[in-house]
Amino acid sequence: MKLTSTQNGGKLTLAIAGELDHHEARALCVEMEERIEEVLPRDCVLDLKELRFMDSSGIAVILKVYKHMNALGGRLTVRNVPDQPLRVLDASGIDRMIEITAGEPD
Amino acid sequence: MKELNSMRLEFPSRSANEGFARAAVAAFASQLDMTLTELGDVKTAVSEAVTNCIVHAYPDMIGTVHMRVRIVDPETLEIQVKDKGRGIEDVERAREPLFTTGGEDRSGMGFTIMESFMDEVKVRSKPGVGTAVTMRKKIEKRRPVR
Ligand SMILES: Nc1ncnc2c1ncn2[C@@H]1O[C@H](COP(=O)(O)OP(=O)(O)OP(=O)(O)O)[C@@H](O)[C@H]1O
Ligand SMILES: [Mg+2]
Repeated sequence: MKLTSTQNGGKLTLAIAGELDHHEARALCVEMEERIEEVLPRDCVLDLKELRFMDSSGIAVILKVYKHMNALGGRLTVRNVPDQPLRVLDASGIDRMIEITAGEPD
Repeated sequence: MKELNSMRLEFPSRSANEGFARAAVAAFASQLDMTLTELGDVKTAVSEAVTNCIVHAYPDMIGTVHMRVRIVDPETLEIQVKDKGRGIEDVERAREPLFTTGGEDRSGMGFTIMESFMDEVKVRSKPGVGTAVTMRKKIEKRRPVR
């Protein structure tokens, strides 16, 4: 599991690579929260292009980041979601709360 | 149902084994010549069931997770994940979407995901004794196992 963060003005992009399961979730969450606290972005983008696998542990992680961004009055979008994580997100109904796009960012 | 092939796997409930369990089942299932989507569904369901043993069945200890994977005629993959842990008081309630005893770290979607990704999910559980989850997925018109 690898996290790469890029800041561009008020926009923070967090790119997650690898497999996101219960084993990886806690450390990843801590790292992402730290980045958000440092930058205090208006827009946070989770880029999942290199995410090879995700299960329900990932849903909890994304929800936490979503709540964090809400508390800051900011916005979260999830981008470049590969097929397997997308099926998990669809089954969870999380797409009713969070903007999720399978394709490339605009 | 006639059994065509099977394997068993048993490991301590350490979270590092979640990825191992997914990969092992995927390697065994590869003889069924599944689509990538089917394989992804199976790995996801395995991950959910195994994580539940690690998180809920053995919350403060390392126990043993038992898996049995079978290929049964006609072209069905059957996966059983079993623990001798805490057990579930009310299985029907536990299977409801969003129900969780796991707090902030869990979303309560594990059983819902298993149900939507597999064709059949059976849960047997007894408090203080353990839980067995048996899942089946029919693999569409693939070449037969030899
Ligand atoms: N093997 C098990 N042993 C004991 N309790 C279990 C077991 N599996 C599930 N449960 C109970 O059933 C509940 C629902 O399980 P489910 O997998 O649907 O959600 P979760 O594990 O709480 O959250 P998520 O899977 O989304 O991370 C759990 O919170 C737990 O109380
Ligand atoms: Mg679960």
